[in-house]
Amino acid sequence: MIGMSTRHILLGLLASGPSHGYDLKRRHDERFPQARPLAYGQVYTTLQRLVRDGLALVEGTDSDGGPERTTYRSTEDGSRELARWAGEIAPPAPFVTNEIFAKVVVSILSGGDPAAYLAAQRAAHMERMRELTAVKTAKGADLATVLSADYALNHLDADLRWMTTTAARLTTLTAEVDAA
Amino acid sequence: MSNGDDSPDSTVPLLAARDLAKAHGRTEALRGASVELAAGEILAVTGPSGSGKSTLLHCLAGIVRPDAGSVSYAGERLDALPEKRLSELRRTEFGVVFQFGQLIPELTALDNVALPLMLAGTSRPDAHARAGEWLERFGVRGQEALRPGEMSGGQAQRTSLARALVTGPRIVFADEPTGALDSLATEQVMTALTHTARETDTAVLLITHDAQVAAYADREVRLSDGTVAPEFSTEATEAAV
Repeated sequence: MIGMSTRHILLGLLASGPSHGYDLKRRHDERFPQARPLAYGQVYTTLQRLVRDGLALVEGTDSDGGPERTTYRSTEDGSRELARWAGEIAPPAPFVTNEIFAKVVVSILSGGDPAAYLAAQRAAHMERMRELTAVKTAKGADLATVLSADYALNHLDADLRWMTTTAARLTTLTAEVDAA
Repeated sequence: MSNGDDSPDSTVPLLAARDLAKAHGRTEALRGASVELAAGEILAVTGPSGSGKSTLLHCLAGIVRPDAGSVSYAGERLDALPEKRLSELRRTEFGVVFQFGQLIPELTALDNVALPLMLAGTSRPDAHARAGEWLERFGVRGQEALRPGEMSGGQAQRTSLARALVTGPRIVFADEPTGALDSLATEQVMTALTHTARETDTAVLLITHDAQVAAYADREVRLSDGTVAPEFSTEATEAAV
């Protein structure tokens, strides 16, 4: 997920009630099954910043016989900020960052083999798409898993279609890059 | 996997095509295509329009004879078989699904699925019982009495899959089976097809132009201009513009 705001995700998880860092990390990883798992350190730093900015506050600490845990809750400012962020339109591709295209161009510039690179990249994309398809069609897969796998599958598919068109136009692209 | 003479069964491909060539008039649809399908394997054949995908499927399924090259099924040369034996193989060992299911419009879903069994000599009550089980397996329960025109596209395709699998074939040939479906119906059809094929150890040769559909398969081969592209091209082969 691109440009994901950890602070807003944590505020969103706090919206359902006070929680401590470990629990927030666990719930994040459950809600967003295919996302990169949150690091504990990141959760705690983000919570401290939310408190500093008045968007969350410390509810209390308990230890339950184990290590001491701090429970956080969202503030009214936090709820307002969350609502603002959730309704804000995500800018549709303000800059085109495309590593594959960059590699094709660099490959042409350096006399490499962009066609071979595209074929190998295609095989890697297909392999990942097979993995994601297996994840989403496994018996008992929940909807959050299906939806996040679908998101990735659609984006990989878009890459593949772009790569197919690019592979078919390499001769023209090579002439254009070499002439520039 | 090139020579099966003394090898145990597991190393002999179930279906193997070598250097297939086939022209339609002056258009060369296949120009030396080779492909292998192992027992129980789900193989996607992808490639742009006009790359020869459907012609390859027709040659592999014994629907058309190649102009050159060979097709072997379980060690038997399909391209040299008399038509009678070929049509027996197609009826008993192969199942076929096309983009538009080609169900018989006058028959109900149940009769459509029972038909291949009845043609093979199964009694009507037995054929209906087994057809009902297969429709249920493909999630078309409660639709047994509908005719193809009364079903959604997804229901019709799942009925076609039930019809293709009801005789217990070893290979199902599917030519763009989801080509006319939206993404949710595609997901249902592909999940039903691949789960059932894996459970019954049925091989599937799946023709598709859609990478998301190809991702349901175990493996992909790409056709380009009538030949199979190497899986990893290590040589500089300029794609035709």
